[in-house]
Amino acid sequence: MTRPLTHLQRLEAESIHILREVAANFAKPVMLYSIGKDSSVMLHLALKAFAPARPPFPFLHIDSNWKFAEMIAFRDRMARELGFDLIVHKNAEGVRQGVGPFTHGSSTHTHLMKTVALREALDQHGFDAAFGGARRDEEKSRAKERIFSFRKAGHSWDPKNQRPEMWKIYNTRVASGETIRVFPLSNWTELDIWQYILQEDIPIVPLYFARRRPVVARDGMLLMKDDERMQLRDGEQLEQRMVRFRTLGCYPLTAAVESEADTLEAIVAEMLVARTSERHGRMIDHDESGSMEKKKREGYF
Amino acid sequence: MGDNSPKNAPHAQSPEKARHAQSDSAAAQGVGAFIAEQEQKSLLRFITCGSVDDGKSTLIGRLLLDTQLILEDQMAALASDSSRHGTTGEDMDLALLVDGLEAEREQGITIDVAYRFFATGTRKFIVADTPGHEQYTRNMATGASTAELAIVLVDARKGVLTQTRRHSFIASLLGVRHVILAINKFDLVDFDRTVFDRIVADYLSFAGTLGFDSISPVPISARFGDNVIARSGNTPWYDGPTVLERLETVPVGDRLEAMPLRFPVQYVNRPNLDFRGYCGTLAAGNLSPGDRVRVARSGKTTSIDRIILGDDDLTAARAGQSVTLTLADELDISRGDMLVAPDAPPELADQFEANLVWFDEHALLPGRQYILRTEADQLPATVTTLKHKVDVNSFTHEAARSLDLNEVGVVNLSLQTAIPFDPYGTNRSTGGFILIDRLTNATVGAGMITHALWRAANVHWQALDVSKTARAEMKHQKPAVIWFTGLSGSGKSTIANLLEKRLHAEGRHTYILDGDNVRHGLNRDLGFTEEDRVENIRRIGEVARLMVDAGLIVLVSFISPFRAERRMARDLLNEGEFVELFVDTPFEECARRDPKGLYAKALKGEIRNFTGVDSPYEAPESPDLHLRTMDKQVSALVDDIHAWLRQKGYIA
Repeated sequence: MTRPLTHLQRLEAESIHILREVAANFAKPVMLYSIGKDSSVMLHLALKAFAPARPPFPFLHIDSNWKFAEMIAFRDRMARELGFDLIVHKNAEGVRQGVGPFTHGSSTHTHLMKTVALREALDQHGFDAAFGGARRDEEKSRAKERIFSFRKAGHSWDPKNQRPEMWKIYNTRVASGETIRVFPLSNWTELDIWQYILQEDIPIVPLYFARRRPVVARDGMLLMKDDERMQLRDGEQLEQRMVRFRTLGCYPLTAAVESEADTLEAIVAEMLVARTSERHGRMIDHDESGSMEKKKREGYF
Repeated sequence: MGDNSPKNAPHAQSPEKARHAQSDSAAAQGVGAFIAEQEQKSLLRFITCGSVDDGKSTLIGRLLLDTQLILEDQMAALASDSSRHGTTGEDMDLALLVDGLEAEREQGITIDVAYRFFATGTRKFIVADTPGHEQYTRNMATGASTAELAIVLVDARKGVLTQTRRHSFIASLLGVRHVILAINKFDLVDFDRTVFDRIVADYLSFAGTLGFDSISPVPISARFGDNVIARSGNTPWYDGPTVLERLETVPVGDRLEAMPLRFPVQYVNRPNLDFRGYCGTLAAGNLSPGDRVRVARSGKTTSIDRIILGDDDLTAARAGQSVTLTLADELDISRGDMLVAPDAPPELADQFEANLVWFDEHALLPGRQYILRTEADQLPATVTTLKHKVDVNSFTHEAARSLDLNEVGVVNLSLQTAIPFDPYGTNRSTGGFILIDRLTNATVGAGMITHALWRAANVHWQALDVSKTARAEMKHQKPAVIWFTGLSGSGKSTIANLLEKRLHAEGRHTYILDGDNVRHGLNRDLGFTEEDRVENIRRIGEVARLMVDAGLIVLVSFISPFRAERRMARDLLNEGEFVELFVDTPFEECARRDPKGLYAKALKGEIRNFTGVDSPYEAPESPDLHLRTMDKQVSALVDDIHAWLRQKGYIA
């Protein structure tokens, strides 16, 4: 009993506190659900924070139309089994125009199908607070962001003028049209996430586990051919390789890593010797050093 | 070499794969042990601060690099960034690992606090790299508010600067307990010991008074790694710990767990009529089902029924945990209430004094209304008095009419309703608050409560022409309250009565306020709960004060067992107007005399909370007058008091 709280207990307590703070202060909060491991942890924390009640807010998935099929199947299964209120939003205009990473490039695709789609969904439903699963250890501009990150009307972020965030006292006051993005996992590291998934036995998309999958090597990345929309280029060959994903997004923009790790224990073990950061597999971050900050200022999560 | 590689992709190389596969199997077996080891690690949150260009970001970059937290792709990005934005010529600029905003990279400065994470074999660290520019002081305060330690960087060539003092002062104000004084860029002063000694002496000359638990000076070069992780061969004259050694060994405490329960109610969870749970994070103490708790504002008590976390019912919860509680009784409790230990409640006040750091371009104006926000509550608040501001360079107090951006001051605040709180020095969670501008919703200030004020100190006075002095002079006496404290039956009333007869016979203007008698009239609406006792004493104090104002010598005869209560009464009066008189009769003697038969009842358990039996009597530590009644007759005791009053000039 007198042992100090474990690191995961402290992180869990902080996150739960943040989740409740939003529920207590905002009229219409929403949780962004991206189906990835961080979202799975955030969902688990939300269930834990409000038990025996259900989380008092809906879950929003911004479907870029290019997610792995297994992600969509997992999303629908979770919503059914856990019975949470799921909203799926696509940029309808983008879908009509056939926007995609292969034809429009990664930055146009991401802007229209993720950033714009997110702004549409938030405006359409009038959400005044939105949870995101971003962590400060992911990327340098994330390391600078507050847990309660204020957005002006129009969703823009002003990184040079953030509200001071003292102790666990969060300023949740917004004027009409303004919103707050909330990051309950700010202080978690990738390793903490995996350890917690292991400890709490949290279900995650099978793509995180190594399996033989059809991949092609392109631009220094291993890409998985998830459906027929991906065309092989001259000289490219589809190979079955033992791979897994450290992070999940649009399949044409998410690189696989070769791995034998097919259990959670093996994934944690692999983490311990990993020498590249997880966002390395994210092509949208690579354009230039400040690219995440730029996207965030425009309203990306 | 390359001939046998399947594809020249970073993740597709076979040596890489082979290494992974090998360590996978070895590490997979160790995962259980590894996780167990992770759980044992303590956590230290610290900040780096100091003036611009002292090398804060570089030091963190160095810590991350040397504890192997920088990964291959981040190193590659750093190399490319260094050639573009770097300030270190050919070398990699470690600061760019931390300065994440475009503006920061372009200007080569830190604007906002960045949080970084690393771990060693024994401890995990969350480090907040805070900006050095004065204009970003609020971001430095953000980082300091949750930190236990501050690494204060000083450039060995420049020594202690204004920002060094400012940041040290703000860190101490925000409750940072330990300092590592990292004197950086020692490579540029040839690792000269005299430089070290001079800067350390300089720093200690002012920081010694700031109340830190420890200050550890270390000579370092963040750029080259001297004394950051490993001992440097360049400083043979230095035998203290390296920066990392100090970070790993500085005591981190869960001292909050040992303190009385504080559970600010954050959210009421009421999915249906059958369940009503109170959600929150324990700010101090611990809890088990069945424990009695008290609602700080209403004073009502109940007991804990269940402690819920997710699907589990817990057998206990302790400081730092976020849980949901159900209670044995249905009470009216909402967000902003606090469940507390019944025998050690927090203070409850609508007026208090606080240290305030101002964050906004628009100055703090006394009299203007702001929104005060604590961890789980918010309410309108006004700064009634700006007592002084603090010069961050000399730490001297200056009179001021407003508090500008980045200034620090001491203020009195008045709230619309009372809030429960602890002094900030006792508990950051229950003693800190922020102020929010009502129009812009900006966070304009952060406050640390020092103590409660009583109304008398704040209500604006109607100026009257006939003064207390004039009234007293007419009576040829110096008005005062003579406060008789002691156990029930110790002889307070008897002695006071005889003293008044004597003074009256001499033509003095006196009055006796007797604790028991007052309860028949003025205080007949009050019971014996803690709040009521405090209110009882407050009213007696107020009445006594009015009588002193009228020029009287007031004899108050009142058990007043608690030091805090007597101090409260003393605080209502001016210096020299309150005479604490301890009627010291041993408990056994009082119980033997038992003039009202109360001891007999209390000892049989028929009366609860009886002073000396099941409620403590805190004897005065240094009373103005100490009467040992066993030695003397009552008349002799009265002689002693009379002589003392004459000697001190209360009576001519």
